[in-house]
Amino acid sequence: MLKPGEFYQRDREWHPPAYVHNYKTSVARSPRQALISLENTVSEITGPVFGHGDIDAGDNDLIYNYAKSGESAIGERIILHGRVLDENGRPLPHTLVEIWQANAGGRYRHKKDTYLAPIDPNFGGCGRTLTDENGYYYFRTVKPGAYPWRNWVNNWRPAHIHMSIFGTAFAQRLITQCYFEGDPLIAKCPIVNTIPDPAAIDRLIAPLDLNATIPLDSIAYRFDVVLRGRRSTLFENRLEGN
Amino acid sequence: MAQSLDYLKETPSQTAGPYVHIGLAPGAAGFDIYGQELGWDIAGPNAQGERIRVEGLVIDGTGSPVKDVLLEVWQANAAGIYAHPEHPGAVEDGFRGWGRVITDFATGEWGFDTVKPGAVPGRNGTVQAPHINLWIVARGINVGLNTRLYFEDEAEANAADPVINMIEWENRRQTLIARRNETDGKVVYRFDIRLQGENETVFFDI
Repeated sequence: MLKPGEFYQRDREWHPPAYVHNYKTSVARSPRQALISLENTVSEITGPVFGHGDIDAGDNDLIYNYAKSGESAIGERIILHGRVLDENGRPLPHTLVEIWQANAGGRYRHKKDTYLAPIDPNFGGCGRTLTDENGYYYFRTVKPGAYPWRNWVNNWRPAHIHMSIFGTAFAQRLITQCYFEGDPLIAKCPIVNTIPDPAAIDRLIAPLDLNATIPLDSIAYRFDVVLRGRRSTLFENRLEGN
Repeated sequence: MAQSLDYLKETPSQTAGPYVHIGLAPGAAGFDIYGQELGWDIAGPNAQGERIRVEGLVIDGTGSPVKDVLLEVWQANAAGIYAHPEHPGAVEDGFRGWGRVITDFATGEWGFDTVKPGAVPGRNGTVQAPHINLWIVARGINVGLNTRLYFEDEAEANAADPVINMIEWENRRQTLIARRNETDGKVVYRFDIRLQGENETVFFDI
C-alpha cells in the first residue's frame, strides 16, 4: 500500500502571485485562468531520488570547483549553510540542493549575459549538494555582486543566490532566491516585492552567522529552507482507496 | 487566546530568472563543470515499453515562444510504477522517471526522449490515464507551473481520467493532450504549452 499523507496545501497568498505588473516579464508569462487544485495522487507525492553517485564531493565548493589548479575565485569568501525542513519542522535528509549565482562583480557565466563587468576566469557559479541525515547542507562560494537588469531603466538586483530544492515529492519542488542581511537593494527590488507579505520576504534574507564563520578564512550566512509538510493519516486513507 | 500553532511556513518561491541554466543545465549556459549533468536520461537503457519523443514550445501571452524555459519531467514507467520508495513495485535498473530539459535559445523548441508511461493509481481506487507531470520555471514565472501531458491515442483512458474530468470546462481539457505523429518509425508527441490567453494550458495547484 502507498504510504498515506497528503501535503498541506500551498499557501498561494504567501507565495508571489503569477501576475505582478512591476515585474514586467510576468505580464505575458502569467496564466489568466485560475489554477486547478488537485488532491494529491501518487503522481504528486512521489519525486526523484538522488544519491551520492549523482554528484561529486567538490560540487559544493564554488571557490574551487571551476578554478584552475592553484587558483581560486575572486571575491568575499562566504559559507552558505542551513537546514532543509518541512512545515512540521522535520529535517529532509538526502535531498538535492542546487545553487547558481553571479560572480563578485555581478556577472554571470552565461552566453546571454552581456553586462560589462568581467567574467572571473576561476569562477563558474554553480554548485550542488545533498543534505545530510539531519537535513543540513553547506556551500562555500564568493558573495555575488548586485547587477542591473532591464525592467525599469535603473533596476538593480540585490546580491542573491538562486536555490533549487527537491524534497521527496514533486509537490515539494521549489526554486527560490537567497538574499543577504542588510542589503539596501532588497527593499527596492521588483522581484523581491512580488512577495506580498513582508514576513515572507524576511524568510529569504540570510542573516550573518558569525558562529559558523571560519576565522581568517570565510564569513558565514545561514539560510534555512522549509518545504511543504505532510499530514499524518489518523483515521483514514483515501489516497488510494479502502 | 488559543494555543499557537507551531507549523513552519513554506519558503516563498522566486522566479528562476534568465540564467537558470547555469545552475541546472550548465552545459547549455556554455561551460562544462560537473562530472555529469542531471536529468538528461529519463528512462535509461533498460526501460520496457514504447520509446517516444516529446516536443513542443512554451508560448507566452503575445504568441511568442519563450526561449529561456527549463522544464522538469516526472513520470512512471511503462508498468505505471514511479521510481520512488513510496510506490510499491520495481522499476527497471536505470529508470529514474525524472528529467530536465531547456528550450533552444534560438527557436524555443524543447524535447525529450523517454518511454510512454503506464496508467497509475488514482485516489479512492480510481485509475489515472497515462500522463507525464511537468514543472515549468523561467524568468517571469514567480512560482513554478505544474501541468500534465496526456496522450492523444489514449482517448478511452483519458475519458475516464479523474484529473481531466475535474476540469469543468470541457474545452480546456484538450490543452493537456499531446498529439501523436509517426515519422520514420519514430513516435513523436507534440505538446505546446500556452502560458496565457487563447487556448491557455491548464495549470494545476498540486
